Amino acid sequence: MAKTPVRFTLNGSETALFVDGGANLLDTLRRGVGDLSPKYGCGQGTCGTCTVLIDGEPHLSCLTLAETVEGRSIETTGGLSNGADLHPLQRVFMENFGAQCGYCTPGMLMAAKALLAKNPNPSREEVVEAISGNICRCTGYEPIIDAILATAGQMRGRVA
Amino acid sequence: MLTVETFDTLAQAAGAMTPESRFLGGGTLIMRGVNYGDQSFQRIVRVRDRSLREIRSESGRIVIGAGATMADVMAASETSFLADVARQVGGPAVRNMATIGGNLFAPHPYGDFTTALLALDASVRLSDGSEQPIENFLSARSSMRGLVASVSVSRPMGDEFRFRKVSRVKPKGVSVMSIAVWLPRQGGRISQARIAFGAMGPTPLRAKAAEQALEGVNLDAQGIEQALSVATAGLSPMDDSLASAWYRNEVAPVHLRRVLLGEGNR
Repeated sequence: MAKTPVRFTLNGSETALFVDGGANLLDTLRRGVGDLSPKYGCGQGTCGTCTVLIDGEPHLSCLTLAETVEGRSIETTGGLSNGADLHPLQRVFMENFGAQCGYCTPGMLMAAKALLAKNPNPSREEVVEAISGNICRCTGYEPIIDAILATAGQMRGRVA
Repeated sequence: MLTVETFDTLAQAAGAMTPESRFLGGGTLIMRGVNYGDQSFQRIVRVRDRSLREIRSESGRIVIGAGATMADVMAASETSFLADVARQVGGPAVRNMATIGGNLFAPHPYGDFTTALLALDASVRLSDGSEQPIENFLSARSSMRGLVASVSVSRPMGDEFRFRKVSRVKPKGVSVMSIAVWLPRQGGRISQARIAFGAMGPTPLRAKAAEQALEGVNLDAQGIEQALSVATAGLSPMDDSLASAWYRNEVAPVHLRRVLLGEGNR
């Protein structure tokens, strides 16, 4: 069976590989590229832990046919930190105990990143809406919502 | 192993469809099947044509391309009256992917957007240029040949159109049912009402007995009483993990009442 070539940028790096027919983006990132930051949860669009940004917008990588991202820009949690310097979202998630088991965290971080890029000053309601497609079974969501709101405040403060 | 075939135009893709093919829109239905080992198809057919995402006004109607996503509908000024419906379909990631064309084929309990289109007397245009009322389309969708190109609707006046999704999980959960109503009025009285229920049958369905019972009445508690009593006539809800058919039938008139009278919170 012929494989299909696909090229995209992953966290700013040019990436090219061959994918099998029907391969989803999540498998392609994890097994093909070796970026293990997006996780497989439900495989059906319910849990959101596979969330990545495609051209800045959140998408479910497990439901994205890999070859459809040809020429597009993919961002994952693996590209958030700069070496040992964590992204503000990552640091504030830690400070606010926004992760317990951590399985939902990559999806939460990417959903939050997409929100803050568009809306640097979100209301609590807007934060809840932004992560409404991401399920967390540990935290009860409150520390995550607090962390996203706190990050927004810190990032605004830094820019100002 | 699956084969993926990519075409430049919808017409080419339509010509390539076989019983073993599935057309890929946003992927939220088809890729789920792939992930779960669905053996009913071996080929995925897709098109590159970006014009399938267009939303535009055309001779007094709003035409929504089959490839338009829920996020596209929320963003377009032409479809502002449907923005609230689109917003209730999944979280932001799903809305960036899920298409209007795909929603037309979404199995129970999905298809909330299609429920709204049914209440608005939408028309479905196929790749061969033919057009049919959405109700006919839905009753035959499981055996249809060809591909959907677009849907068109008239813009409802003011508060004539209402939609409510009933779910157990807030802010986002799968539908126990969704209800869309279009209530044109003449001289204050309802004329030619449309009531559509989602997740109350194998496809979104119209509650025609209730529609007829609203003809010529005032939109108040007394006026809608008869319609509520026949709200579930013709519907055939099923049991699923969210609600039993019995429960759905019991609560449907309650939720319809709230939609019609604008009562209660989501």
